[in-house]
Amino acid sequence: MLGFIVLVAAVGWLFGYVTGVGYWGLVAAVVFSLLMTWGSYFNSDRIALAMSRAQPADPRTHLQLHNIVEGLSIAAGLPKPRVYVVEDEAPNAFATGRDPKHAAVAVTSGLLGKMNRDELEGVLAHELAHIKNRDTLVMTLAVTLVGVIVLLGDWMLRALWWGGHDRDDRGGGAGAVVALLGVVLLVIAPLFAQLLQFAISRRREFLADADAVFLTRHPQGLTNALRKLQSDRTAVRSASRATAHLWIESPLSLEKARGERGATGVGAWLNRLFETHPPLESRIAALQQTTLGAGAFIP
Amino acid sequence: MTWIIIGIVAVLAIGLVVVYNRLVRLRNRIDAAWSQIDVQLKRRYDLIPNLVETVKGYAAHERQTLEAVIQARRQAVDARGIEEQAQAENILTGALRQLFAVAEAYPELRANQNFLALQEELTGTEGRIAFARQFFNEQVLAYDNAREVFPTNVIAGMFNFEAKPYFEAETESRENVRVDFGQGNSQAQPPQ
Repeated sequence: MLGFIVLVAAVGWLFGYVTGVGYWGLVAAVVFSLLMTWGSYFNSDRIALAMSRAQPADPRTHLQLHNIVEGLSIAAGLPKPRVYVVEDEAPNAFATGRDPKHAAVAVTSGLLGKMNRDELEGVLAHELAHIKNRDTLVMTLAVTLVGVIVLLGDWMLRALWWGGHDRDDRGGGAGAVVALLGVVLLVIAPLFAQLLQFAISRRREFLADADAVFLTRHPQGLTNALRKLQSDRTAVRSASRATAHLWIESPLSLEKARGERGATGVGAWLNRLFETHPPLESRIAALQQTTLGAGAFIP
Repeated sequence: MTWIIIGIVAVLAIGLVVVYNRLVRLRNRIDAAWSQIDVQLKRRYDLIPNLVETVKGYAAHERQTLEAVIQARRQAVDARGIEEQAQAENILTGALRQLFAVAEAYPELRANQNFLALQEELTGTEGRIAFARQFFNEQVLAYDNAREVFPTNVIAGMFNFEAKPYFEAETESRENVRVDFGQGNSQAQPPQ
Protein backbone atom coordinates (compact mmCIF):
# COMPACT_ATOMS: atom_id res chain seq x y z
CA MET A 1 0.00 0.00 0.00
CA LEU A 2 2.91 2.31 0.77
CA GLY A 3 4.34 1.66 -2.66
CA PHE A 4 0.99 2.58 -4.09
CA ILE A 5 0.97 5.93 -2.32
CA VAL A 6 4.49 6.62 -3.52
CA LEU A 7 3.40 5.85 -7.07
CA VAL A 8 0.47 8.23 -6.76
CA ALA A 9 2.70 10.97 -5.38
CA ALA A 10 5.17 10.48 -8.23
CA VAL A 11 2.43 10.58 -10.83
CA GLY A 12 0.96 13.66 -9.19
CA TRP A 13 4.31 15.40 -9.27
CA LEU A 14 4.83 14.46 -12.90
CA PHE A 15 1.42 15.77 -13.79
CA GLY A 16 2.15 19.05 -12.09
CA TYR A 17 5.50 19.32 -13.84
CA VAL A 18 4.21 18.53 -17.30
CA THR A 19 1.11 20.68 -17.23
CA GLY A 20 2.56 23.49 -15.18
CA VAL A 21 -0.36 23.30 -12.78
CA GLY A 22 1.65 22.30 -9.73
CA TYR A 23 0.16 20.10 -7.04
CA TRP A 24 -3.39 21.29 -7.67
CA GLY A 25 -3.80 18.57 -10.25
CA LEU A 26 -3.11 15.92 -7.64
CA VAL A 27 -5.46 17.55 -5.16
CA ALA A 28 -8.29 17.76 -7.68
CA ALA A 29 -7.75 14.15 -8.75
CA VAL A 30 -7.85 12.97 -5.13
CA VAL A 31 -11.05 14.88 -4.44
CA PHE A 32 -12.79 13.54 -7.56
CA SER A 33 -11.65 9.99 -6.95
CA LEU A 34 -12.81 10.13 -3.34
CA LEU A 35 -16.20 11.43 -4.40
CA MET A 36 -16.55 8.63 -6.93
CA THR A 37 -15.55 5.73 -4.72
CA TRP A 38 -16.59 6.61 -1.21
CA GLY A 39 -20.29 6.73 -1.90
CA SER A 40 -20.12 3.06 -2.81
CA TYR A 41 -17.89 2.34 0.20
CA PHE A 42 -20.46 3.74 2.59
CA ASN A 43 -23.21 1.66 1.07
CA SER A 44 -20.98 -1.29 0.27
CA ASP A 45 -23.13 -3.70 2.24
CA ARG A 46 -26.39 -2.68 0.57
CA ILE A 47 -24.80 -2.66 -2.87
CA ALA A 48 -23.07 -6.02 -2.58
CA LEU A 49 -26.15 -7.71 -1.10
CA ALA A 50 -28.47 -6.26 -3.72
CA MET A 51 -26.15 -7.17 -6.59
CA SER A 52 -26.01 -10.80 -5.51
CA ARG A 53 -29.73 -10.93 -4.66
CA ALA A 54 -29.01 -12.12 -1.14
CA GLN A 55 -31.85 -12.93 1.23
CA PRO A 56 -31.62 -12.63 5.03
CA ALA A 57 -31.09 -16.07 6.55
CA ASP A 58 -33.97 -17.20 8.77
CA PRO A 59 -32.55 -18.29 12.15
CA ARG A 60 -34.99 -21.20 12.27
CA THR A 61 -34.17 -22.77 8.92
CA HIS A 62 -30.47 -21.84 9.07
CA LEU A 63 -29.83 -22.53 12.74
CA GLN A 64 -26.41 -24.08 12.19
CA LEU A 65 -25.27 -21.18 10.01
CA HIS A 66 -26.29 -18.62 12.60
CA ASN A 67 -24.68 -20.63 15.40
CA ILE A 68 -21.39 -20.81 13.53
CA VAL A 69 -21.35 -17.09 12.70
CA GLU A 70 -22.24 -16.18 16.26
CA GLY A 71 -19.52 -18.42 17.72
CA LEU A 72 -16.89 -17.02 15.40
CA SER A 73 -17.81 -13.42 16.12
CA ILE A 74 -17.42 -14.15 19.82
CA ALA A 75 -13.98 -15.59 19.09
CA ALA A 76 -13.04 -12.52 17.06
CA GLY A 77 -14.45 -10.03 19.56
CA LEU A 78 -16.67 -8.54 16.85
CA PRO A 79 -20.39 -7.78 16.88
CA LYS A 80 -22.29 -10.49 15.03
CA PRO A 81 -22.70 -9.52 11.36
CA ARG A 82 -26.02 -9.89 9.52
CA VAL A 83 -26.31 -13.26 7.82
CA TYR A 84 -27.61 -13.72 4.28
CA VAL A 85 -28.11 -16.60 1.86
CA VAL A 86 -27.71 -16.40 -1.92
CA GLU A 87 -29.70 -18.90 -3.97
CA ASP A 88 -26.98 -20.33 -6.20
CA GLU A 89 -25.54 -23.78 -6.75
CA ALA A 90 -21.94 -22.59 -6.86
CA PRO A 91 -20.32 -22.88 -3.43
CA ASN A 92 -19.07 -19.48 -2.39
CA ALA A 93 -19.34 -16.83 0.32
CA PHE A 94 -18.59 -13.16 0.79
CA ALA A 95 -18.36 -10.51 3.51
CA THR A 96 -19.13 -6.83 3.10
CA GLY A 97 -19.80 -3.66 5.05
CA ARG A 98 -17.85 -0.49 5.75
CA ASP A 99 -16.89 -1.49 9.30
CA PRO A 100 -17.54 -4.36 11.76
CA LYS A 101 -20.69 -2.65 13.06
CA HIS A 102 -22.29 -2.53 9.61
CA ALA A 103 -20.98 -5.83 8.36
CA ALA A 104 -22.84 -8.60 6.59
CA VAL A 105 -21.88 -12.11 5.58
CA ALA A 106 -23.51 -14.11 2.78
CA VAL A 107 -23.19 -17.75 1.73
CA THR A 108 -24.62 -19.49 -1.31
CA SER A 109 -27.09 -22.33 -0.91
CA GLY A 110 -24.54 -24.37 -2.85
CA LEU A 111 -21.97 -23.85 -0.12
CA LEU A 112 -24.43 -24.88 2.58
CA GLY A 113 -25.21 -28.05 0.70
CA LYS A 114 -21.67 -29.09 -0.15
CA MET A 115 -19.71 -28.30 3.01
CA ASN A 116 -19.82 -30.02 6.39
CA ARG A 117 -19.80 -28.08 9.66
CA ASP A 118 -16.02 -27.90 9.99
CA GLU A 119 -15.55 -26.60 6.46
CA LEU A 120 -18.42 -24.14 6.78
CA GLU A 121 -16.79 -22.84 9.94
CA GLY A 122 -13.48 -22.40 8.10
CA VAL A 123 -15.11 -20.46 5.27
CA LEU A 124 -17.06 -18.24 7.62
CA ALA A 125 -13.94 -17.64 9.70
CA HIS A 126 -12.24 -16.43 6.51
CA GLU A 127 -15.10 -14.01 5.87
CA LEU A 128 -15.08 -12.74 9.45
CA ALA A 129 -11.33 -12.23 9.12
CA HIS A 130 -12.04 -9.95 6.14
CA ILE A 131 -14.42 -7.96 8.33
CA LYS A 132 -11.95 -7.83 11.20
CA ASN A 133 -9.13 -6.67 8.93
CA ARG A 134 -11.42 -4.04 7.40
CA ASP A 135 -10.67 -5.26 3.91
CA THR A 136 -13.52 -3.30 2.32
CA LEU A 137 -11.78 -0.17 3.58
CA VAL A 138 -8.39 -1.32 2.32
CA MET A 139 -9.68 -2.22 -1.14
CA THR A 140 -11.65 1.03 -1.35
CA LEU A 141 -8.45 2.92 -0.59
CA ALA A 142 -6.70 0.96 -3.31
CA VAL A 143 -9.48 1.63 -5.81
CA THR A 144 -9.42 5.33 -4.89
CA LEU A 145 -5.70 5.51 -5.55
CA VAL A 146 -6.17 3.80 -8.89
CA GLY A 147 -8.86 6.36 -9.63
CA VAL A 148 -6.49 9.22 -8.85
CA ILE A 149 -3.89 7.90 -11.25
CA VAL A 150 -6.42 7.20 -13.97
CA LEU A 151 -7.86 10.69 -13.64
CA LEU A 152 -4.46 12.33 -13.72
CA GLY A 153 -3.51 10.32 -16.80
CA ASP A 154 -6.73 11.29 -18.48
CA TRP A 155 -6.40 15.00 -17.71
CA MET A 156 -2.77 14.86 -18.71
CA LEU A 157 -3.64 13.63 -22.15
CA ARG A 158 -6.39 16.19 -22.57
CA ALA A 159 -4.11 19.01 -21.44
CA LEU A 160 -1.46 17.99 -23.94
CA TRP A 161 -3.98 17.54 -26.71
CA TRP A 162 -5.60 20.92 -26.25
CA GLY A 163 -2.75 22.98 -24.89
CA GLY A 164 0.13 21.62 -26.93
CA HIS A 165 1.33 24.89 -28.42
CA ASP A 166 2.09 26.33 -24.96
CA ARG A 167 4.80 23.75 -24.59
CA ASP A 168 7.30 25.69 -26.74
CA ASP A 169 8.35 28.19 -24.11
CA ARG A 170 9.29 25.36 -21.74
CA GLY A 171 13.01 25.49 -22.43
CA GLY A 172 14.05 23.42 -25.38
CA GLY A 173 14.91 19.79 -26.03
CA ALA A 174 15.51 18.52 -22.48
CA GLY A 175 12.13 19.78 -21.30
CA ALA A 176 10.38 18.11 -24.24
CA VAL A 177 12.05 14.75 -23.53
CA VAL A 178 10.98 14.82 -19.91
CA ALA A 179 7.48 15.83 -20.98
CA LEU A 180 7.38 12.88 -23.35
CA LEU A 181 8.60 10.50 -20.64
CA GLY A 182 5.96 11.98 -18.39
CA VAL A 183 3.26 11.26 -20.92
CA VAL A 184 4.42 7.69 -21.44
CA LEU A 185 4.52 7.06 -17.71
CA LEU A 186 1.13 8.65 -17.16
CA VAL A 187 -0.30 6.32 -19.77
CA ILE A 188 1.35 3.24 -18.25
CA ALA A 189 0.75 4.28 -14.64
CA PRO A 190 -2.95 3.33 -14.61
CA LEU A 191 -1.94 -0.17 -15.65
CA PHE A 192 0.63 -0.42 -12.84
CA ALA A 193 -1.94 0.93 -10.44
CA GLN A 194 -4.41 -1.79 -11.44
CA LEU A 195 -1.73 -4.46 -11.01
CA LEU A 196 -0.96 -3.09 -7.56
CA GLN A 197 -4.63 -3.17 -6.68
CA PHE A 198 -4.88 -6.85 -7.65
CA ALA A 199 -1.68 -7.65 -5.79
CA ILE A 200 -3.08 -6.04 -2.66
CA SER A 201 -6.28 -8.03 -3.08
CA ARG A 202 -4.34 -11.30 -3.26
CA ARG A 203 -2.26 -10.40 -0.22
CA ARG A 204 -5.39 -9.66 1.81
CA GLU A 205 -6.80 -13.06 0.80
CA PHE A 206 -3.75 -14.82 2.24
CA LEU A 207 -4.06 -12.69 5.36
CA ALA A 208 -7.73 -13.61 5.71
CA ASP A 209 -6.83 -17.30 5.38
CA ALA A 210 -4.23 -16.97 8.14
CA ASP A 211 -6.56 -15.03 10.42
CA ALA A 212 -9.30 -17.57 9.82
CA VAL A 213 -7.03 -20.31 11.14
CA PHE A 214 -6.15 -18.12 14.11
CA LEU A 215 -9.86 -17.82 14.87
CA THR A 216 -10.72 -21.50 14.60
CA ARG A 217 -7.36 -23.03 15.69
CA HIS A 218 -8.28 -25.71 13.15
CA PRO A 219 -6.57 -25.33 9.73
CA GLN A 220 -8.12 -28.54 8.37
CA GLY A 221 -11.58 -26.93 8.24
CA LEU A 222 -10.61 -24.22 5.80
CA THR A 223 -8.13 -26.46 3.95
CA ASN A 224 -10.77 -29.08 3.25
CA ALA A 225 -13.22 -26.40 2.18
CA LEU A 226 -10.70 -24.95 -0.28
CA ARG A 227 -10.01 -28.45 -1.64
CA LYS A 228 -13.72 -28.93 -2.22
CA LEU A 229 -13.87 -25.56 -3.96
CA GLN A 230 -10.97 -26.61 -6.16
CA SER A 231 -12.86 -29.56 -7.56
CA ASP A 232 -16.09 -27.64 -8.06
CA ARG A 233 -16.63 -26.29 -11.55
CA THR A 234 -19.68 -24.04 -11.15
CA ALA A 235 -19.46 -20.22 -11.22
CA VAL A 236 -21.78 -17.87 -9.36
CA ARG A 237 -24.49 -16.53 -11.63
CA SER A 238 -24.90 -13.08 -10.17
CA ALA A 239 -21.21 -12.20 -9.74
CA SER A 240 -19.50 -9.30 -11.47
CA ARG A 241 -15.99 -7.86 -11.74
CA ALA A 242 -16.79 -5.12 -9.30
CA THR A 243 -17.61 -7.45 -6.41
CA ALA A 244 -15.30 -10.32 -7.39
CA HIS A 245 -12.74 -9.58 -4.67
CA LEU A 246 -15.33 -9.97 -1.93
CA TRP A 247 -15.95 -13.69 -2.48
CA ILE A 248 -13.86 -16.42 -0.88
CA GLU A 249 -13.03 -17.87 -4.27
CA SER A 250 -13.18 -15.96 -7.51
CA PRO A 251 -16.77 -16.22 -8.70
CA LEU A 252 -15.91 -15.25 -12.27
CA SER A 253 -16.00 -18.21 -14.63
CA LEU A 254 -12.98 -16.93 -16.57
CA GLU A 255 -10.74 -16.74 -13.53
CA LYS A 256 -11.96 -20.14 -12.37
CA ALA A 257 -11.24 -21.71 -15.73
CA ARG A 258 -7.72 -20.29 -15.81
CA GLY A 259 -7.07 -21.56 -12.31
CA GLU A 260 -8.21 -25.04 -13.23
CA ARG A 261 -6.14 -25.37 -16.37
CA GLY A 262 -3.08 -24.59 -14.24
CA ALA A 263 -1.43 -23.05 -17.26
CA THR A 264 2.23 -22.09 -17.32
CA GLY A 265 4.19 -19.64 -19.41
CA VAL A 266 4.42 -15.89 -19.69
CA GLY A 267 0.84 -15.51 -20.91
CA ALA A 268 -0.55 -17.36 -17.93
CA TRP A 269 1.70 -15.45 -15.55
CA LEU A 270 0.46 -12.18 -16.98
CA ASN A 271 -3.13 -13.31 -16.55
CA ARG A 272 -2.50 -14.26 -12.93
CA LEU A 273 -1.31 -10.72 -12.21
CA PHE A 274 -4.86 -9.54 -12.85
CA GLU A 275 -6.56 -11.99 -10.55
CA THR A 276 -8.30 -10.93 -7.38
CA HIS A 277 -7.58 -14.20 -5.57
CA PRO A 278 -4.41 -16.26 -5.26
CA PRO A 279 -4.64 -19.69 -6.90
CA LEU A 280 -6.29 -22.27 -4.63
CA GLU A 281 -3.16 -24.51 -4.64
CA SER A 282 -1.05 -21.70 -3.16
CA ARG A 283 -3.67 -21.01 -0.52
CA ILE A 284 -3.90 -24.68 0.42
CA ALA A 285 -0.09 -24.97 0.49
CA ALA A 286 0.16 -21.93 2.77
CA LEU A 287 -2.43 -23.43 5.12
CA GLN A 288 -0.62 -26.80 5.16
CA GLN A 289 2.43 -25.07 6.54
CA THR A 290 0.54 -23.85 9.59
CA THR A 291 -0.29 -27.39 10.67
CA LEU A 292 3.40 -28.20 11.04
CA GLY A 293 3.93 -25.51 13.67
CA ALA A 294 1.31 -26.79 16.09
CA GLY A 295 3.39 -25.65 19.04
CA ALA A 296 3.14 -22.10 17.87
CA PHE A 297 -0.55 -21.84 18.72
CA ILE A 298 -1.40 -19.71 21.70
CA PRO A 299 -3.55 -21.53 24.26
CA MET B 1 18.02 23.66 33.39
CA THR B 2 14.77 23.58 35.35
CA TRP B 3 12.85 23.34 32.06
CA ILE B 4 14.65 20.10 31.22
CA ILE B 5 13.76 18.60 34.56
CA ILE B 6 10.16 19.72 34.22
CA GLY B 7 10.13 18.25 30.74
CA ILE B 8 11.46 14.89 31.90
CA VAL B 9 9.01 14.73 34.79
CA ALA B 10 6.13 15.60 32.45
CA VAL B 11 7.11 12.85 30.01
CA LEU B 12 7.40 10.29 32.83
CA ALA B 13 4.04 11.34 34.25
CA ILE B 14 2.32 11.03 30.89
CA GLY B 15 4.02 7.67 30.36
CA LEU B 16 2.75 6.48 33.74
CA VAL B 17 -0.81 7.51 32.93
CA VAL B 18 -0.69 5.87 29.52
CA VAL B 19 0.64 2.56 30.87
CA TYR B 20 -1.78 2.54 33.81
CA ASN B 21 -4.74 3.15 31.52
CA ARG B 22 -3.58 0.40 29.18
CA LEU B 23 -3.43 -2.09 32.07
CA VAL B 24 -6.88 -1.02 33.25
CA ARG B 25 -8.34 -1.49 29.77
CA LEU B 26 -6.78 -4.93 29.39
CA ARG B 27 -8.09 -5.99 32.78
CA ASN B 28 -11.58 -4.77 31.93
CA ARG B 29 -11.53 -6.73 28.71
CA ILE B 30 -10.95 -9.86 30.76
CA ASP B 31 -14.03 -9.13 32.86
CA ALA B 32 -16.08 -8.45 29.74
CA ALA B 33 -14.83 -11.67 28.14
CA TRP B 34 -15.74 -13.59 31.29
CA SER B 35 -19.31 -12.27 31.30
CA GLN B 36 -19.52 -13.29 27.64
CA ILE B 37 -18.65 -16.85 28.72
CA ASP B 38 -21.26 -16.53 31.47
CA VAL B 39 -23.97 -15.57 29.00
CA GLN B 40 -23.25 -18.63 26.86
CA LEU B 41 -23.09 -20.90 29.90
CA LYS B 42 -26.50 -19.70 31.05
CA ARG B 43 -27.85 -20.52 27.61
CA ARG B 44 -26.54 -24.04 28.01
CA TYR B 45 -28.06 -24.44 31.47
CA ASP B 46 -31.42 -23.36 30.10
CA LEU B 47 -31.31 -25.91 27.28
CA ILE B 48 -30.39 -28.89 29.45
CA PRO B 49 -33.66 -29.60 31.34
CA ASN B 50 -35.51 -29.79 28.01
CA LEU B 51 -32.86 -32.17 26.67
CA VAL B 52 -33.04 -34.41 29.72
CA GLU B 53 -36.84 -34.64 29.43
CA THR B 54 -36.67 -35.51 25.73
CA VAL B 55 -34.09 -38.24 26.32
CA LYS B 56 -36.06 -39.63 29.29
CA GLY B 57 -38.99 -40.13 26.95
CA TYR B 58 -37.02 -42.68 24.93
CA ALA B 59 -34.22 -43.91 27.17
CA ALA B 60 -35.56 -43.77 30.70
CA HIS B 61 -33.32 -46.58 31.91
CA GLU B 62 -30.14 -44.63 31.11
CA ARG B 63 -30.55 -43.24 34.61
CA GLN B 64 -26.88 -43.10 35.47
CA THR B 65 -26.05 -40.89 32.49
CA LEU B 66 -29.09 -38.64 32.95
CA GLU B 67 -28.38 -38.25 36.65
CA ALA B 68 -24.79 -37.32 35.90
CA VAL B 69 -25.96 -34.54 33.60
CA ILE B 70 -28.49 -33.19 36.11
CA GLN B 71 -25.92 -33.30 38.91
CA ALA B 72 -23.23 -31.63 36.82
CA ARG B 73 -25.63 -28.90 35.76
CA ARG B 74 -26.61 -28.17 39.37
CA GLN B 75 -22.96 -27.98 40.37
CA ALA B 76 -22.15 -25.62 37.52
CA VAL B 77 -25.05 -23.28 38.29
CA ASP B 78 -23.90 -23.09 41.92
CA ALA B 79 -20.21 -22.60 41.17
CA ARG B 80 -18.56 -19.30 42.10
CA GLY B 81 -15.29 -17.85 40.88
CA ILE B 82 -13.38 -18.53 37.71
CA GLU B 83 -11.57 -21.73 38.74
CA GLU B 84 -14.55 -23.41 40.38
CA GLN B 85 -16.79 -22.55 37.45
CA ALA B 86 -14.20 -23.73 34.94
CA GLN B 87 -13.97 -27.08 36.72
CA ALA B 88 -17.76 -27.49 36.94
CA GLU B 89 -18.14 -26.58 33.29
CA ASN B 90 -15.65 -29.18 32.18
CA ILE B 91 -17.50 -31.86 34.17
CA LEU B 92 -20.81 -30.80 32.59
CA THR B 93 -19.30 -30.92 29.11
CA GLY B 94 -18.10 -34.46 29.79
CA ALA B 95 -21.52 -35.53 31.09
CA LEU B 96 -23.28 -34.10 28.02
CA ARG B 97 -20.83 -35.85 25.75
CA GLN B 98 -21.71 -39.12 27.48
CA LEU B 99 -25.40 -38.40 27.04
CA PHE B 100 -25.07 -37.84 23.30
CA ALA B 101 -22.87 -40.90 22.93
CA VAL B 102 -25.49 -42.98 24.72
CA ALA B 103 -28.29 -41.48 22.62
CA GLU B 104 -26.61 -42.91 19.51
CA ALA B 105 -28.03 -46.31 20.48
CA TYR B 106 -31.65 -45.12 20.27
CA PRO B 107 -32.72 -44.54 16.64
CA GLU B 108 -36.20 -43.23 17.56
CA LEU B 109 -34.60 -40.66 19.80
CA ARG B 110 -32.16 -39.65 17.12
CA ALA B 111 -35.01 -39.09 14.67
CA ASN B 112 -37.02 -36.96 17.08
CA GLN B 113 -37.17 -33.38 15.75
CA ASN B 114 -37.07 -31.82 19.16
CA PHE B 115 -33.97 -33.82 20.04
CA LEU B 116 -32.27 -32.84 16.80
CA ALA B 117 -33.01 -29.15 17.29
CA LEU B 118 -31.76 -29.35 20.89
CA GLN B 119 -28.66 -31.18 19.74
CA GLU B 120 -27.88 -28.48 17.18
CA GLU B 121 -28.55 -25.73 19.72
CA LEU B 122 -26.31 -27.42 22.26
CA THR B 123 -23.59 -27.97 19.67
CA GLY B 124 -23.88 -24.32 18.74
CA THR B 125 -23.73 -23.32 22.39
CA GLU B 126 -20.73 -25.57 23.01
CA GLY B 127 -19.08 -23.83 20.08
CA ARG B 128 -19.90 -20.42 21.46
CA ILE B 129 -18.62 -21.38 24.90
CA ALA B 130 -15.41 -22.73 23.39
CA PHE B 131 -14.89 -19.57 21.36
CA ALA B 132 -15.72 -17.36 24.33
CA ARG B 133 -13.14 -19.26 26.38
CA GLN B 134 -10.62 -18.88 23.59
CA PHE B 135 -11.25 -15.15 23.45
CA PHE B 136 -11.07 -14.95 27.25
CA ASN B 137 -7.72 -16.73 27.29
CA GLU B 138 -6.40 -14.38 24.61
CA GLN B 139 -7.35 -11.39 26.78
CA VAL B 140 -5.66 -12.97 29.80
CA LEU B 141 -2.55 -13.54 27.70
CA ALA B 142 -2.48 -9.91 26.56
CA TYR B 143 -2.97 -8.73 30.13
CA ASP B 144 -0.29 -11.08 31.51
CA ASN B 145 2.16 -9.95 28.87
CA ALA B 146 1.56 -6.31 29.71
CA ARG B 147 1.82 -7.01 33.44
CA GLU B 148 5.08 -8.91 33.27
CA VAL B 149 7.05 -7.14 30.53
CA PHE B 150 9.84 -4.96 31.86
CA PRO B 151 8.89 -1.31 32.05
CA THR B 152 5.19 -1.96 32.67
CA ASN B 153 5.69 -4.56 35.40
CA VAL B 154 6.99 -1.82 37.70
CA ILE B 155 3.77 0.13 37.35
CA ALA B 156 1.68 -3.03 37.57
CA GLY B 157 3.35 -3.83 40.86
CA MET B 158 2.84 -0.30 42.16
CA PHE B 159 -0.91 -0.40 41.58
CA ASN B 160 -1.53 -4.06 42.46
CA PHE B 161 -2.64 -5.42 39.11
CA GLU B 162 -3.05 -9.02 40.19
CA ALA B 163 -2.69 -12.03 37.91
CA LYS B 164 -5.81 -13.50 36.29
CA PRO B 165 -6.16 -17.27 35.79
CA TYR B 166 -6.64 -18.94 32.44
CA PHE B 167 -9.76 -20.98 31.74
CA GLU B 168 -8.04 -24.36 31.52
CA ALA B 169 -9.23 -27.78 30.42
CA GLU B 170 -9.50 -30.21 33.31
CA THR B 171 -7.32 -33.33 33.25
CA GLU B 172 -10.29 -35.75 33.24
CA SER B 173 -11.88 -34.16 30.22
CA ARG B 174 -8.64 -34.72 28.33
CA GLU B 175 -9.14 -38.49 28.64
CA ASN B 176 -11.07 -40.16 25.86
CA VAL B 177 -14.74 -40.85 26.40
CA ARG B 178 -15.36 -44.60 26.79
CA VAL B 179 -18.47 -45.53 24.84
CA ASP B 180 -20.15 -48.92 25.22
CA PHE B 181 -23.04 -49.71 22.87
CA GLY B 182 -24.39 -52.48 25.12
CA GLN B 183 -28.17 -53.19 24.95
CA GLY B 184 -29.43 -50.15 26.84
CA ASN B 185 -26.98 -50.84 29.63
CA SER B 186 -24.25 -48.31 29.18
CA GLN B 187 -21.12 -48.85 31.24
CA ALA B 188 -19.45 -45.57 30.42
CA GLN B 189 -18.61 -43.64 33.55
CA PRO B 190 -18.94 -39.87 33.69
CA PRO B 191 -15.83 -38.14 35.04
CA GLN B 192 -16.13 -37.64 38.81
